[in-house]
Amino acid sequence: MEYESIIGLEVHAQLLTESKIFCGCSTIFGSPPNTQTCPVCLGLPGVLPVINRKAVEHGIKTVLAVGGKVHAESIFARKNYFYPDLPKGYQISQYEKPLSTGGFIEIDTDSVKKKIKINRIHLEEDAGKSMHPDDESDDETSVDMNRCGIPLIEIVSEPDIASPEEAYLYLTKLRQILQYLGICSGNMEEGALRCDANVSVRPMGVEKFGINTEVKNMNSFRGVEKALSYEIERQIEILEKGGTVVKETLLWDEKKQISSVMRTKEESHDYRYFPEPDLVTLAVSEEWIDQIKRSLPELPEQKKQRFVTQYEIPEYDAGVLTSSKELADYYEECVKYHPESKMVSNWVMGEVLRELKERKIGIKNFKIAPTDLTDLLRLIDEGIISGKMAKEIFAEMTETGKSASEIISEKGLAQITDEEELSRIVEEVLTDNPENVKMYRAGKEKLLGFFVGQVMKRTEGKANPKLVNEVLKAKLSENRDEK
Amino acid sequence: MKRGEVCSEEIISSVFDQIKKANPNTNAYVTLLKEQAKESAKRIDDRRSKGENLGALAGLPVAIKDNICTRGVRTTCGSKILSNFVPPYDATVVRRLKEADAVIIGKTNMDEFAMGSSNETSFFGLVKNPFDSQRIPGGSSGGSAAAVALHMATMALGSDTGGSVRQPASLCGVVGMKPTYGRVSRFGLVAFASSLDQIGPITKDVKDCALLSSLICSHDPKDSTSLPEAESNFTESLEGDVKYIKVGIADEYFGQGLDEEVKEAVMKGITLLEKLGMKVEKISLPHTDKAIATYYVLATAEASSNLARYDGVKYGFRPEEELDLSQMYKKTRSEGFGAEVKRRIILGTYVLSAGYYEAYYAKAQKVRTIIREDFSKAFEKVDVIITPTSPTTAFRIGEKIDDPLTMYLSDIYTTSANLAGIPAISVPCGKDSKGLPIGLQIMGKPLSEDLIFKVAYALEQNL
Repeated sequence: MEYESIIGLEVHAQLLTESKIFCGCSTIFGSPPNTQTCPVCLGLPGVLPVINRKAVEHGIKTVLAVGGKVHAESIFARKNYFYPDLPKGYQISQYEKPLSTGGFIEIDTDSVKKKIKINRIHLEEDAGKSMHPDDESDDETSVDMNRCGIPLIEIVSEPDIASPEEAYLYLTKLRQILQYLGICSGNMEEGALRCDANVSVRPMGVEKFGINTEVKNMNSFRGVEKALSYEIERQIEILEKGGTVVKETLLWDEKKQISSVMRTKEESHDYRYFPEPDLVTLAVSEEWIDQIKRSLPELPEQKKQRFVTQYEIPEYDAGVLTSSKELADYYEECVKYHPESKMVSNWVMGEVLRELKERKIGIKNFKIAPTDLTDLLRLIDEGIISGKMAKEIFAEMTETGKSASEIISEKGLAQITDEEELSRIVEEVLTDNPENVKMYRAGKEKLLGFFVGQVMKRTEGKANPKLVNEVLKAKLSENRDEK
Repeated sequence: MKRGEVCSEEIISSVFDQIKKANPNTNAYVTLLKEQAKESAKRIDDRRSKGENLGALAGLPVAIKDNICTRGVRTTCGSKILSNFVPPYDATVVRRLKEADAVIIGKTNMDEFAMGSSNETSFFGLVKNPFDSQRIPGGSSGGSAAAVALHMATMALGSDTGGSVRQPASLCGVVGMKPTYGRVSRFGLVAFASSLDQIGPITKDVKDCALLSSLICSHDPKDSTSLPEAESNFTESLEGDVKYIKVGIADEYFGQGLDEEVKEAVMKGITLLEKLGMKVEKISLPHTDKAIATYYVLATAEASSNLARYDGVKYGFRPEEELDLSQMYKKTRSEGFGAEVKRRIILGTYVLSAGYYEAYYAKAQKVRTIIREDFSKAFEKVDVIITPTSPTTAFRIGEKIDDPLTMYLSDIYTTSANLAGIPAISVPCGKDSKGLPIGLQIMGKPLSEDLIFKVAYALEQNL
């Protein structure tokens, strides 16, 4: 039987604010455990939360970027459960009245563009981190409260996602938007972006939803894809055998590439949500929304379309170049100095991205500045070096950080563009290969390549190929005319 | 003191002499700060002798209820679970008292986590009524009320979630005021029911109450529910014309369960105000009988969440033995909390549970709105509403402790003000035949503290 899968994602994004959501503590990642805490985020008796307006602003930016509706009034609620890394015994979140509802994220699947609807976006505080020892014989768990109170937004999608691939695309797009807005690092490995999924399958053509499970602990983009594929297969296998899927929460194990049951429905928490009495209703005025709207940066989709029209490059190129704001900025800076936009696009998408991938670095840490790259490209245009040489010089530049012209002069790499010198070499070649000259003249014009090769050999590849061609053709026909 | 006839050090040491005499029998204090208090008094005397400007409470001995955080001084909430907790911060009210040069002399006993009406639920033992040691002082700020009544402090702070300042003030023959919700910062007040809790003063007379209120009523950016209102000096408006004031009385507050002698004394008080020229009018607060049920649903719901942090992980009591996480939680909370606190946590957890939320918590919220509207309507007609503070005078120790429902009815006249968020004061208005004090409650519209002080002062001065 054919099955279709139905997936909804809940994404938690840590917001890049300087201080925590309800206190003044720093949010810097990676500080020694329990050094970025105060009585408020530690939940000591008698302390009270005060909302960080910046966190709300970041949340609103996200809502506007996905075209959702910011509610004029939203309410914080307490989500009650016991866990050592939750110092108050409840998490301050939003429940019945979230920050926003609606909106969508558009993904490009192989065949079509598809809108994944957003159900809601709400604000909440992060919990601390329990650190279990690697050694299983040691049963002591430590708690790091630095993360307590880091602002989060939770972005809940509708169950519009039909495959693990679409989930991957959705996540990538969402991260791209958050990074463009400058409100989340998007680093899944550091936990700045976290994803839980609700998954169900149903036989093709059946309208009723299947029983869904929740998959947690997917710590990378590929991990999400793999965990979802695994879960879909698992559910189909159960149905194929005539069984029923059990509503439960599963944990993905990245190392073992399997998921295992974390808790069943019977063990599920009753969070006893109720309005947080220590905070007042969060009021968001139209003026505030307008002000934030005006401050929104150009978003990925807008930038992509602009690149297509402004730089006249293919949509594919524009998509790759705008995949991150930094890369797009790099490209635009290059085009400023070297307006041959398609050539620049080829170089950025080809050589530059290859280098970044090999070195596992981001464009921010890339050694070659836009002007260094455009200097190189100009040398190609001016015929001083060939495209092939340029690639070698580029590789050298990334190694040494030297400029293209430095490398060229050091290594004597400049092309021979002097026509007289080339004519002399061509003459030599023709004189040394009388047989081939005869055959060429008899009509075997394919031999041109052989002569080019010979010239290149003698010039150690430094001859300008275009000029070599011209001179060779001229010499070969010139002599024939004489006859 | 200004004339130099008496110095702060003398006052403080005489207060500690009195504490030495009276405290063993009443148990009003959980923690005494004799050395610190003497030092503060000395510093203040030094500054006075140098002619420095001093704060409004310079050198006066003030007691703080033990659920209000004091930096470096343990704050127990009358509970075993916080018996070793020393906060690294002052509550905003404590900071303000220190800024006014008050001398903090100790932390007063209370019902555990402010849950009780008799001060019998404290881990540190019960408090006895200053007028009859066989009787309770009221609760939950019983220690503060008893301390002020027995001159073991000039003034004290209590907290009032459903009557916990006013009822003990009434039963101990002193003045106690619950301000408008949001008028006093809750920062540093260990939460019982956040949407109802307010810190309030307990004093010997109305003037002191107005003075202490003026110091603690102010906006605090650390408390999101704090009102933006500027500070007021309530002592300035105590005197003056009272003839324009319209007093409302509601039958709902004089019905079944009200002790005859209490009723008589309160009616006498009202007659007196009428004689002073105030107009007395009948009003109705039709949903008064729903207040106790509403209060116990909402207060316990919030408490069940507020008290979740006492889990043995970070501070406070934790059993010694090695236990797994779930066992540690269970043992910490089973042993750390007393019976009444556990009863309320269970009740509050229940009313918030899936399947019961709508029937209890959500419904109680709706009733709370209706009760608030009752008051809004009443205050369209009158300026203040006068009722008894407590249906009876101080009852006997042990009389109601095993019957929570009867105990809860001790707050029948006080919880409404918390639900409505309005200010209310209890002033002494006589004694019953056993010599036990009776309190009269004056409620006003939000932010009308000045007016209820004025009425209270008029009553006090003419009684």
